Amino acid sequence: MEISDLKAIAKELRVDIIRMLVEAGSGHPGGSLSCIDMLVTLFFHKMRHRPHEPTWPDRDRFVLSKGHCVPALYAVLAKAGYFAREELATLRKLNSRLQGHPDRHRLPCLETSTGSLGQGLSLALGMALAGKTAQKDYRVYCVISDGECQAGQVWEASMAAPKFRLDNLCALLDYNKIQLSGAVKNIMDLEPLLDKWRAFNWHTLEIDGHDFAAIIRALDEAEKTKGRPTLILCQTIKGKGVSFMEGKWEWHGKAPNREEGERAIQEILAQS
Amino acid sequence: MGAKATRVAFGEALVRLGSENPDIVVLDADLSKSTMTEYFARKYPGRFFDLGIAEGNMVGTGAGMALAGKIPFICSFACFVIGRFEQIRMSIAYSRANVKIVGTHAGIGIGEDGYSQMALEDIALMRSLPNMAVIQPADAVETERALEYIVTHQGPVFFRLMRQKTDDINPPDYQFRFGKGVILRRGKDVSLMATGGVVANTLKAADILGQKGVAAQVVNVPTIKPVDRELIAEAAFSHGKIITVEDHGITGGLGSAVSEVLSELGRGRIKRVAVEDFAESGDAEGLYRKYGLSEDNIARKALELLQD
Repeated sequence: MEISDLKAIAKELRVDIIRMLVEAGSGHPGGSLSCIDMLVTLFFHKMRHRPHEPTWPDRDRFVLSKGHCVPALYAVLAKAGYFAREELATLRKLNSRLQGHPDRHRLPCLETSTGSLGQGLSLALGMALAGKTAQKDYRVYCVISDGECQAGQVWEASMAAPKFRLDNLCALLDYNKIQLSGAVKNIMDLEPLLDKWRAFNWHTLEIDGHDFAAIIRALDEAEKTKGRPTLILCQTIKGKGVSFMEGKWEWHGKAPNREEGERAIQEILAQS
Repeated sequence: MGAKATRVAFGEALVRLGSENPDIVVLDADLSKSTMTEYFARKYPGRFFDLGIAEGNMVGTGAGMALAGKIPFICSFACFVIGRFEQIRMSIAYSRANVKIVGTHAGIGIGEDGYSQMALEDIALMRSLPNMAVIQPADAVETERALEYIVTHQGPVFFRLMRQKTDDINPPDYQFRFGKGVILRRGKDVSLMATGGVVANTLKAADILGQKGVAAQVVNVPTIKPVDRELIAEAAFSHGKIITVEDHGITGGLGSAVSEVLSELGRGRIKRVAVEDFAESGDAEGLYRKYGLSEDNIARKALELLQD
């Protein structure tokens, strides 16, 4: 798919994310908007998958370790045709398949249930290891947050993946630098972050996480890298696309009201 | 003591089952020489993964492998693997990942290593998760038969094993039935319901009671969840007196499972024989005496219940 098409989809899905959160009355806009461009690139450009056959054994796997940003994933899955777009309006409502955090039992096109931070990379590692063991050539992608790199399990997983030479595993770190109660550097600084991953024997790349061409190049390089996993440090902006949300920790876990939502949507639609 | 520890029977049976089912993979956290997964590791090095002393990641990795179609056995001391409750809760149970959690060295029977290595809360924790089965074999043959079942079970299982050798209490042709207790001895006065290695002590307690003119039924309860309600109800509606015996903390284990059924039935009385403190280092027999798991104490509890 052309970059202009990816841009158009991302714009459309940013609107869907805002609409879903307004309807739900709660949820996490900031991190959903910071990771949507990488999700769009994965699902509409890079990944091998079949929306009409979600359990296709040879599909590439996607794990959203930062489960609170699942509105972005729901928007992508609906757009790709895994379920009807109308269902997005049921987010967080009673009896909905679209739980506040991913639940693969209710919505089987999800690979995993996540939402307790720090666990997703281990799940992705397991899938990659199973793929290698079965001599399958599928790839596994995992989006992790910056805040969750404060959890020890992330580093347990990061230590294990190179041991098993999992070059079929690619982690994208959504480095928007803001977590629930403030700036990551004030809560628990992660720097030097890229050095840490490098020291754990990952192939590392650093890109602008909103530049589609850069995301594509990085994903291609990850696929070509043999013998070890790749970590793509994606420099992103929390709340990207909505000026009053950008860089604001207040919009980590608060849904816009109708008026705010309308303003946000107008702003997104006005962007080129 | 008898022939074999349940962990050894497990390690041997896993090798055999591994040859029959290529989907079985085994993960360990630097304890394969103790959990006895080293037998499997030697036979199938390509299907064995040592994750190092990082059990949280082992839980998640196992879940990921299960979601990709494998049948992973994730193995460590019960206290260390079940200690990663939050990972088990999310990555295994809530994700409906078909992972088999094997916790060895359960209970105070491990002896000299002391409390830090003794799982005493593991059954309670695993029982609390909606789709988690909890199975604890009492001897080597039951370990083998239960393990054969576990491979076929769809969904997560916690398989609780012991470090020390245990007496053989089941016949060689024993058949494991998931969710069913096994009546080892009939008796009309009181039921002694036990799980794991202490089933052997419980049989001895029934001998002591027999000498005092008390006919005790002895029930082996290998499946703690789902517990055998029918068997508990039979005891509740006949003599109505039940003693539970387990090498686990007093809260949340077999005693609690049986108590829950009894209170729902509104019938029967129970006394629980279990560990009521953090325990300590020492020889297994001495520990069982001090913490009340000896046959003498089991018999004493039964007599107390009968005299109440």
